[in-house]
Amino acid sequence: MPFSLLKYGFSKVHPSERHFQNLAELKSSYDVVIVGGGGHGLATAYYLAKQWGITNVAVLEKGYLAGGNTARNTAIIRSNYLTPEGVRFYDESIKLFQNLSNEFDYNILYSERGHLTLAHTDAAMRTSRWRAEVNKHLGVNSEVVYPDELAKLCPHLNLSQKVRYPIMGALHHPPGAIARHDAVAWGYARGASDRGVEIHTHTEVTGFNFENGRVIGVKTNRGDIRCGKVLQAVAGLSSEVSKLAGFKLPIKSIPLQACVSEPVKPFLDIIVVSGSLHVYVSQSSRGELVMGSASDPYPLYSTRSTLEFKEELMMHLLELFPFVGKLKLLRQWAGTADMTPDFSPVMGITPIQNYYIDAGWGTWGFKATPVCGTRMAETLATDKVPDLIKPFELERFYRFDQLGERGAASVGH
Amino acid sequence: MKLMPCPINGLRNISEFICGGEVETMPDPSTGSDQEWAEYLFIENNTKGVVREWWMHTPTSYWFIAERNTETEEIIKTYPASDIFKQRVDFTQNKS
Repeated sequence: MPFSLLKYGFSKVHPSERHFQNLAELKSSYDVVIVGGGGHGLATAYYLAKQWGITNVAVLEKGYLAGGNTARNTAIIRSNYLTPEGVRFYDESIKLFQNLSNEFDYNILYSERGHLTLAHTDAAMRTSRWRAEVNKHLGVNSEVVYPDELAKLCPHLNLSQKVRYPIMGALHHPPGAIARHDAVAWGYARGASDRGVEIHTHTEVTGFNFENGRVIGVKTNRGDIRCGKVLQAVAGLSSEVSKLAGFKLPIKSIPLQACVSEPVKPFLDIIVVSGSLHVYVSQSSRGELVMGSASDPYPLYSTRSTLEFKEELMMHLLELFPFVGKLKLLRQWAGTADMTPDFSPVMGITPIQNYYIDAGWGTWGFKATPVCGTRMAETLATDKVPDLIKPFELERFYRFDQLGERGAASVGH
Repeated sequence: MKLMPCPINGLRNISEFICGGEVETMPDPSTGSDQEWAEYLFIENNTKGVVREWWMHTPTSYWFIAERNTETEEIIKTYPASDIFKQRVDFTQNKS
């Protein structure tokens, strides 16, 4: 590192700006307490303050800011889902994402790359056509492409028929994008903090206080506080926190692993996904290949990495891009994903009055950060669940009215 | 490689197995309410700690019970389902 850069870094003339106020004490009471300082919790706090003028809000985070699944996803943003409810919801998210850097005055490195979901079987081609039609019907840009077009869209892709799983075609979704996930959370944190929201890290919620079936307070490792409303947004530990509130969720906690390669010169502009082969890969603005594969085969509250994951991922990746065989892995990690039976989230009201939930974000949470924030803020502010997120309510499981999105999940399961 | 001790096939690679979810009591086939069925089918304990689960050794289609810790990934013990299920469920009462 050049000495001048180091000197700049330590300079008092150019101090790096804090993203949120470092607060010593918790207040005794808040209008809204948000449990979980990840992207979703921070986005909700931001929109509560900005759109609804509700600023007596505390975001409580057990660890450090946005260190959970917000920092562990592969940062892909898309809206090419299967159900009309899902497509409408994620499309609103993309529209919010596109203007987020301007809105924050903070660069989230939103990069529109285009997104390919490869199909290697007749069944996968059928799902691609289905998704393309649903998408087009709702004004979302998706179309089925065949190998001749794929060769132009992604010249490095191995389109040979002499492989184990030849590519038959793909669903092409031009608005597909990636963004810097940390910056999204920090942008929301700064925007919320500037408007008066309190962000308390290293503050663990240990229980809740109730009165007549209504939540009235939150117990933390730093003392009890009173509150008007609670939003639980704690992906990974959703079941554990909801048990503290006294109800259960249709969620299994399953590790999802990912890894990045050493950085190389740009060669892969488009995001490439294969649901059948359990591979998704994009090249970050730093040049690293960001790669993910299937979620683990059984529930676990551990973020360990396994050799099996890498073996399976690389086996298929080498078939798609044989020349990456010499690349070395730089980092590997895992996050705990909230898997629901229908691959859709759980948002909205709960059996406890004034206690709201934002959970079940499995492998599709990052891309929903802005829409989830704005719509959950609306839910908390108006006490009415907006039509856009009504289909995702917890109650759907009791009506046998699930929202099957498995066919649109990039992650093999 | 993670190993799972199958009660009839011995120690095998865990990739040969499928996890069938936590052992829960099935609602009564004749009298169970919609609410009970919904909870049985979809709602999970999702315990952080020791759980008792159904597992299957895929190549031999053999279902058994495993007790494991979901925090430490330790498999505590495995045994045949007949150790806890002594009686077959009688579905014939629903024929009408």
